[in-house]
Amino acid sequence: MSDHTSILRSPLILGNKSYSDVTEDVALPLDRSPGKEWWMAFAVSSSMLFLGLAAVTYQVLTGIGTWGLNNTVGWAFDITNFVFWIGIGHAGTLISAILFLFRQKWRTSVNRSAEAMTIFAVICAGIFPIIHMGRPWLAFWVLPYPNLRGPLWVNFRSPLVWDMFAIGTYFTISLVFWFVGLIPDLATLRDRTTSKIKKKLYGFFSLGWDGSNRTWLRYETVYLLLAGLATPLVVSVHTIVSWDFATSVIPGWHTTIFPPYFVAGAVFSGFAMVLTLMIIARKVLHFEEYITLHHIESMAKVIIATGGMVALAYLTELFVAMYSGNEYERFAFINRMFGPYAWAYWIMVSCNVLSPQLLWFKKVRTNVTLVFLLSLAINVGMWFERFVIITISLTRDYLPASWDGYAPSLVEIATLIGSFGLFLTLFLLFTRLLPMIAIGEVKGVLSYGRTKDRDSAREPKGVRALHEKVPGGVV
Amino acid sequence: MSRRLFVAYFKGEQDILGATRAARSAGHEILDVYTPYAVHGLDKAMGLKPSRLPWVCLVFGLLGATAKLWFQIWTSAFNWPVNIGGKPLASIPAFVPVTFEITVLFAGLGTVGAFLLVSRLRPGRKPPVSYDRATNDRFVLVLVEGDASFDLQKTIELCKEHGCLNVEERLENES
Repeated sequence: MSDHTSILRSPLILGNKSYSDVTEDVALPLDRSPGKEWWMAFAVSSSMLFLGLAAVTYQVLTGIGTWGLNNTVGWAFDITNFVFWIGIGHAGTLISAILFLFRQKWRTSVNRSAEAMTIFAVICAGIFPIIHMGRPWLAFWVLPYPNLRGPLWVNFRSPLVWDMFAIGTYFTISLVFWFVGLIPDLATLRDRTTSKIKKKLYGFFSLGWDGSNRTWLRYETVYLLLAGLATPLVVSVHTIVSWDFATSVIPGWHTTIFPPYFVAGAVFSGFAMVLTLMIIARKVLHFEEYITLHHIESMAKVIIATGGMVALAYLTELFVAMYSGNEYERFAFINRMFGPYAWAYWIMVSCNVLSPQLLWFKKVRTNVTLVFLLSLAINVGMWFERFVIITISLTRDYLPASWDGYAPSLVEIATLIGSFGLFLTLFLLFTRLLPMIAIGEVKGVLSYGRTKDRDSAREPKGVRALHEKVPGGVV
Repeated sequence: MSRRLFVAYFKGEQDILGATRAARSAGHEILDVYTPYAVHGLDKAMGLKPSRLPWVCLVFGLLGATAKLWFQIWTSAFNWPVNIGGKPLASIPAFVPVTFEITVLFAGLGTVGAFLLVSRLRPGRKPPVSYDRATNDRFVLVLVEGDASFDLQKTIELCKEHGCLNVEERLENES
């Protein structure tokens, strides 16, 4: 075991990689022409995207009467999807920022793709409130801008305005954080690529990075500061999303537990999505030595923890509804569990509370197929959680005379499929165009180069030996 | 005037840390060290002071907070007051979420902007120097061959002790 200095911890990256192995391995999928699997996945995802585009075009031209909404249920599929996608994004920030602050080094293998996932998920999320407006070309009305109507400003006391600022800031900071992380890797790719176009592009976006340690020092400082900023930001975003509901008077919405409940649920669903994507990606792109069973297990443990918080929140809101003596609140929960949409509630409970309990067993956590299936179940369960909270609470509130049902129209279903298509298409393009693993960060956690016995670290194989022809070499 | 530079290539983190420390205690002027990733402890070995960027972050954060809080009070209570649900015109608690978001936005963008500015990074800029494989798997120590006291052979010996792979001499501004 001379491969790594500590006998207490097994290495994060398997295969005794050297630095240049990491560069080559991560850059390989960018050089190869995409395989059959990629094209098949791309064909499916872009078809879904076009279906969604057609649906959105149709509903924008016709109006949101094409949806299954009615007077009673004004928020249903679209807002469910919005909250679902925003939640998915939160795992990326958790991995890139919070785990960074906690010095969880295993994050280096997954943070790049998890951050990409955040950005794509926020894009998907942002679409829904905009098309919900019915006249998306007036979406700029949510911004406070000088106008000739007074000027009439936006109402800064409204959670919907808070939401716009929260999502806007979240998207911007996530994008900047992601790009800052990419700069050194783009420089690595710039220096190794032989294609002229790629060299130009990577050269343009790597901002002239040369690996100077003076810059690295500032870079690390900026990274730490951004992580420190993104951590409260991610908590604030889903808190504000939950206030969209909690500040209203609808039974089942009007509770103080919503912010922590939503944040835990967001991280829970986000990690499920990270697992879904990573398990496919490590297999298809052969990153098993980088995204190891250890990574999958660690993420499964986060799912157990956040799943526990979600389960506690379900029980707490149920208890408070029953114990409060408020008959509307109590009815809202009886209606959720035994009303016409009870099936949705029980799907939510079985997917989010029961299924993650299997992850307590190490045998399950280290079985990639099972973890994959469980992550899919949690994705489904968390979508239904938002459906249960948003739609079922609205169908039956105070006045039985105004009760109504809700069923999504085909247009709404096509839009949901389209958002998945957009998400997957962007992710597939990302795996082709940018390094999916943070090369620079992974090199920092390798055991190579830290061995006490320097000579045991093997020289990399198959690297163009550039330095040999350097003039003026004295040694 | 271009100075003569002494460039030594290493292959590992321990090597570059040791060599940098040794070069510094031998009194050499370290121009810079080029590494494929952020090597922890190298800033101390080089004797670099901590970055002042956290102050930029603080200033931009405070700027964002003040500006946005002022803007919300100004729009809601002064420029065009509208009575909404009988709430106070300057509803400070309700202004907290947006103030927070703008604080984070300003602090984040300001910090990154300042970082790019002081590091002279900008889109399309060509890297000012290029050392072979420094962004891949080589750790490069660059010393200034300052005055007559610089002993080439001694410096080579010093680098060899720390597992140096090869060395070269360059003129500054020639990349």
